[in-house]
Amino acid sequence: MKKLNKVLAGVAAVALAAAAGGVSAETKIGMISTLSGGGAGLGIDVRDGFLLAIEQSGRDDIEVIVEDDQRKPDVAVRLADRMMQSDNVDIMTGLIFSNLAMAVVPSVTAQGTFYLSPNAGPSALAGERCHENYFNVAWQNDNVHEAAGAYATSIGYQSTFVMAPNYPAGIDAINGFKRMFEGEPANEVLTKLGQTDYASEIAQIRASDADSVFFFLPGGMGISFLKQYADSGVEIPLVGPAFSFDQTILAAVGKAALGVPNTAQWSPDLDNAANVAFVESFQEAYGRLPSMYASQGFDTAQLILSALEVAPVSDAEAFREALRAANFESTRGDFKFNTNHHPIQDYYVREVVEVDGVLTNKVLEASLSEHSDAYAADCKM
Amino acid sequence: MTLLILEQVLNGLQFGVMLFLMAAGLTLVFGVMGLINLAHGSLFMVGAFAAAAVAGATGSYALALIASAAAAAFAGVLIETLVIRRLYARDHLDQVLATFALILIFSEGTRMTFGSFPLYLDVPEMLAGPVSLPFGIQYPLFRLVLIGAGLAVAAALYLLVTRTRVGIQIQAGEADREMIAALGVNISVLYTLVFALGAGLAGLAGALVGTLQSVEVGMGEPVLITAFVVVVIGGIGSIQGALVGAILVGLVQTLGAFLLPIWSTAVFGSQDAGAILSSMLIYILMALVLLVRPKGLMGGAA
Repeated sequence: MKKLNKVLAGVAAVALAAAAGGVSAETKIGMISTLSGGGAGLGIDVRDGFLLAIEQSGRDDIEVIVEDDQRKPDVAVRLADRMMQSDNVDIMTGLIFSNLAMAVVPSVTAQGTFYLSPNAGPSALAGERCHENYFNVAWQNDNVHEAAGAYATSIGYQSTFVMAPNYPAGIDAINGFKRMFEGEPANEVLTKLGQTDYASEIAQIRASDADSVFFFLPGGMGISFLKQYADSGVEIPLVGPAFSFDQTILAAVGKAALGVPNTAQWSPDLDNAANVAFVESFQEAYGRLPSMYASQGFDTAQLILSALEVAPVSDAEAFREALRAANFESTRGDFKFNTNHHPIQDYYVREVVEVDGVLTNKVLEASLSEHSDAYAADCKM
Repeated sequence: MTLLILEQVLNGLQFGVMLFLMAAGLTLVFGVMGLINLAHGSLFMVGAFAAAAVAGATGSYALALIASAAAAAFAGVLIETLVIRRLYARDHLDQVLATFALILIFSEGTRMTFGSFPLYLDVPEMLAGPVSLPFGIQYPLFRLVLIGAGLAVAAALYLLVTRTRVGIQIQAGEADREMIAALGVNISVLYTLVFALGAGLAGLAGALVGTLQSVEVGMGEPVLITAFVVVVIGGIGSIQGALVGAILVGLVQTLGAFLLPIWSTAVFGSQDAGAILSSMLIYILMALVLLVRPKGLMGGAA
C-alpha cells in the first residue's frame, strides 16, 4: 500500500511540475503541508493564510508551489528533495507536524535553502541543532504549553493530570507545561498519536484525585477527547493549549468546548490593525473565520515579503539579516526573533465563546509577556 | 484499581463490538467473493458523514443512523456494480490496487462535498451522560447502548446467515462458488447483496463511532487495519470468528494500553517500554493465533 502510494504521489508530482514549468518567477517558495487525511484542516488554513498575504502583496514575481505531505514523513522528505533539486525553490515552508519537520528541515537548511516554519517548532531545532537558515514564525513547541502551565499556577491548581500524544511535540508539550507549573502533576499519560478513543484515559482521570486536567491533543484527537469528556460526566476543569480549541475544529466539538480556557499567541479578537484587517480579509476571501494556523501562515508570508523588500533570496546574507529583523506587522502584535530564530512574543489565555451561533475564541487575559524559549542558550550560530 | 480494570473491560468490549461491525463485512466479502476490499474503511467514513449531514439537517439521531447504513449500502452497491464486480476473477494485487484507488476517490470526493474541516455529530440528548453501574462505576450510557446494539446486530447477523435462505446461499458461496452458480442461484445478485450488507454495517459503525469521536476525512483507514487483524484472527469468512476476534482484539488492545505502561513504570521506571509494547500487542496476538491455528480461531472450513 505504501509503495503504491509513492507511485501515485509521484505521478501527481510530475504532472504538477509540468504544469508549473512555464512560469518564470524571481522567488520560488515551496510549501509542503498536510492537505489531506486527518489534520488536513490545519494545513489548509496555513496555506490559505499564506496565499492570502502573497495575493494581497500584489507581487507577481513570487511563485508558490504547494504540495500535500499526507502527514507522512517519507512523503514529505521526497517532496522536499524534489522541490530543492528539480524545482530549485529558494524558500521552503508549510510543515504542520513536528515529526515531519524533524525529517525535512535539517536536510533543507543543510543544502543552503531557507526554511520558515509556520507551525511546527520542535525543541531539537531550537537548541543545539538550530541553523542560520531555519526560522520559526509560530512558536517553539513548548511555549503555548508554558503559558498553560503559568495559567494553571495562577488559578491555584495543585495537582494536574497531564496528557499528550507520544511524539516530539507531545513530549515538548508536557515539558513546557511542567516548566511553568508550580504544582505536582497528578499523573502523566502518553497517548498514541492519532488515537481517537479516550475512554481509558478518562477512566484514569476520574479515578485520579487531580484538581485539573492539562491536555494537548491537536486536531481530530481533541474533538474526540472533548466530546467523550463532556459525555463522561467527569467535572474536573480542563486547561490546554489552543490546538484543541481552534477555529478549524470548534464547530465539530460543539458546546463541549464552551468556556474552556486555552492558551495561544493569537486570537481572532486581538485588537491591532494588522489583525483586524487580516480577520476581515480572510473571511471575505474564504467565507470562514481564520484559525490560529491561518494567522501563522499569513505572518510567515508577511515576513518573507518584508525581507524580499530588502534583498533578494540570492543575496543570502542580506536576506537572512532582513528575516532576522522581522520588520513586518504581525497579526499577533509585537513580534521579534530571539538569537535562535524563534519568536519572542506575548501569549494569551483565551476562552471559547458563542457569538451569533458560531463558536470562537476571545481573549480572557494576558499570559506570558515577551516570552522566549528555554533552548535559545544552547543555540550557537 | 479493580474498578478501573472493570471499566476498561467495558471499554474493551465496546471497542470490540464496533470492530465487529467493520470486520463482519470484510470477512463476508473476503469469504464469499475472495475479494480484499481496502475501500471498506471508506464506507465507514461515508456512513459517518451521511449521519452527520442528516443529523445536522433533521436533528434526529435515529434518522441519522438509518441514513448512515443506507448511504453506505448504496455506495457499496455502486462500487460493487461499477468496479468491484470486474475484480473477482483477478488476483489479489489487482484488487488491492483498484480498491486503494477507491479510497483516494472517496476521500477526495468527501472533501469536495463536505469541505476539509471535521463535521459535528454528537450523542443524542436522550443517551447523553453517564449512568451508575454496580460497584459505583460511572459509565457513559451511550457506550453501553453501543455494546447492546453491537451484540444485537451480531445476533441478527448470525440468524440471517444460519437460518435464512439467503444465509444458506452465502454459506454455500463460501464453500464453493461455481457449484452454487451451477445450482441456479443468481450469483451476481448474491454478491451485490453481500457487499451491500457489509457496506451497510460498516456505515452504521462509522456513524456510531463518529458520534463518539470525530467525523473527518480519512477516519476509516486506521479502523480498517485493525479490522483486518480481527478477520485474520477470527478466521477468514467466519462471522462467529469475527465476533470472537473483534472482542478479543478490543479487550487486548484496551487493557494492554492501560496496564502495560503501569507495568513498565513499575519495572523500568518509565512508560516508554509499555507504550511501545502496547501498540504492538494486537499484532503479537495475531502472530500467536496464526502459529497455533494457521487458519484463524474459527477458520476451519476456509
